[in-house]
Amino acid sequence: MTSEPMTQPETYPKTDETRKGKEAVIRIRDLYKSFGPVQVLRGFNLTLYERENLVVMGKSGSGKSVMIKCLVGLMDPDSGYVEVLGQEISGLGRQQLDQLRSDIGFLFQGSALYDSMTVRENLEFPLRRHREKLGNPKDTLPLVEEALENVGLAHAIDMMPAELSGGMKRRIALARTLILKPRVILYDEPTSGLDPITAKEIIGLMRRIQQKYGTASLIITHDVDCARVVSERILLLVDGVNYAEGSYAELAGNADPKVEAFFKK
Amino acid sequence: MNNVASIKDRVYLFLAEIGELAAFAGRFFREVARPPYEFRELLRQCYQVGNRSLTLVLVTGFIIGLVLTLQSRPTLIEFGAVSWMPNMVGISIVREIGPVITALICAGRIASGMGAELGSMRVTEQIDAMEVSGTNPFKYLVATRILATTLMLPLLVVFGDLIALFGSALVENLKGAVSFRLYFNTVFEALSYGDLIPATVKSFFFGFVIGLVGTYKGYYCKKGTAGVGKAANTAVVIASLLLFFVDFVAVFVSDIFYDL
Repeated sequence: MTSEPMTQPETYPKTDETRKGKEAVIRIRDLYKSFGPVQVLRGFNLTLYERENLVVMGKSGSGKSVMIKCLVGLMDPDSGYVEVLGQEISGLGRQQLDQLRSDIGFLFQGSALYDSMTVRENLEFPLRRHREKLGNPKDTLPLVEEALENVGLAHAIDMMPAELSGGMKRRIALARTLILKPRVILYDEPTSGLDPITAKEIIGLMRRIQQKYGTASLIITHDVDCARVVSERILLLVDGVNYAEGSYAELAGNADPKVEAFFKK
Repeated sequence: MNNVASIKDRVYLFLAEIGELAAFAGRFFREVARPPYEFRELLRQCYQVGNRSLTLVLVTGFIIGLVLTLQSRPTLIEFGAVSWMPNMVGISIVREIGPVITALICAGRIASGMGAELGSMRVTEQIDAMEVSGTNPFKYLVATRILATTLMLPLLVVFGDLIALFGSALVENLKGAVSFRLYFNTVFEALSYGDLIPATVKSFFFGFVIGLVGTYKGYYCKKGTAGVGKAANTAVVIASLLLFFVDFVAVFVSDIFYDL
């Protein structure tokens, strides 16, 4: 690991496949993506290991959300290699991709709860296609209740999303992410738009979930407090390429102006 | 020069939109034929499209039947042809007015609703969330809605036609002392398969166009909440224009087969 700026993607050192005995669950190599003339990702690299919390930080428009969408097949990269849980995304058919997605949880920035469904229906929705993963249970209510208890909102089971506050929506979205017991969870700005107290609650929840289920987490955030609390490793994305990498303490003490800009209070 | 470039750009964008709409329709036919089938969602959409549009269609149909008869009566009396009223009203409602008015009402209500609903789901990432959870959003959201409008519009047209004829019969009964039985007997004697079949077939196409345009505009909605409003608005405008185009083609084709 290094906290030195890395401006040349081709010289970026490929991370080992295992780290402290942990297998890699996500590997991204030389990822390129552009929208018209705008090059968003320019040779991005990333490795996430099992049971690890990796935070990716970067300015708005630096390509963080694009990268995370390439990971679950919501966007196709222009070039590069994306592997999740040992499977290369670009080589998967629709069915295989859907199967793989049952092991990937995705917490969207705006929660993305289905407006027309109750909380219970929202949580049951992912089970429509992946019931067999949980042993084809006849009654899904215990699964829904367990997921809601994990986020402390068992009483909200019959509520509509419109009746929930921003923080409650985010927690319900997290419960929906958890219901399939994923091995990897991708968080897209998990604390954005929340007040500091609710943001702290969400951060605490993320840690508890990681400890309880042993998931690997890839967290995209602007929130330095969130990065400080949850990260084991932070990767800084600048202009579509890896710029610096290290622990919170390493990066917070880095004198490089671009790194300092993120951590300066 | 700028005007020429602007016109060229607009023509290009128009043609590109037509191409994308055709590709969207092609994807619908591919997805709707392949399992898994979303029967529950299809039934829910049929209820939304059919039941929730019924009142509006009935009220509008009744008023159109009333007004058409009231407006035509003086002229027919002048020519001594008031006994032709059921034939004239029956044929015009079943062939043209019923399907077109019902379709226009549904374009306003359903296409805009679908454009806004799917547009809002797109900008709030609900469609992406659906995709990530292993459900094909095109099949679940788009195919079911297009199929529901295609199946429900002909039914709504039948209800609209019947209530319009009832409105007309009511005026004839009150003003001309014509019994309801005599009125409806005369109407059904005047109608032939050449009136009913093309009208029914084109109603399916009208439903398909409404569902297609509404879902297309919503599914590819961009630019945040402003984009949702635009999607709803353009869905109505484009669906209404396409309805008239489909109607023109339908009348042209029926003319060949039934020698109208």
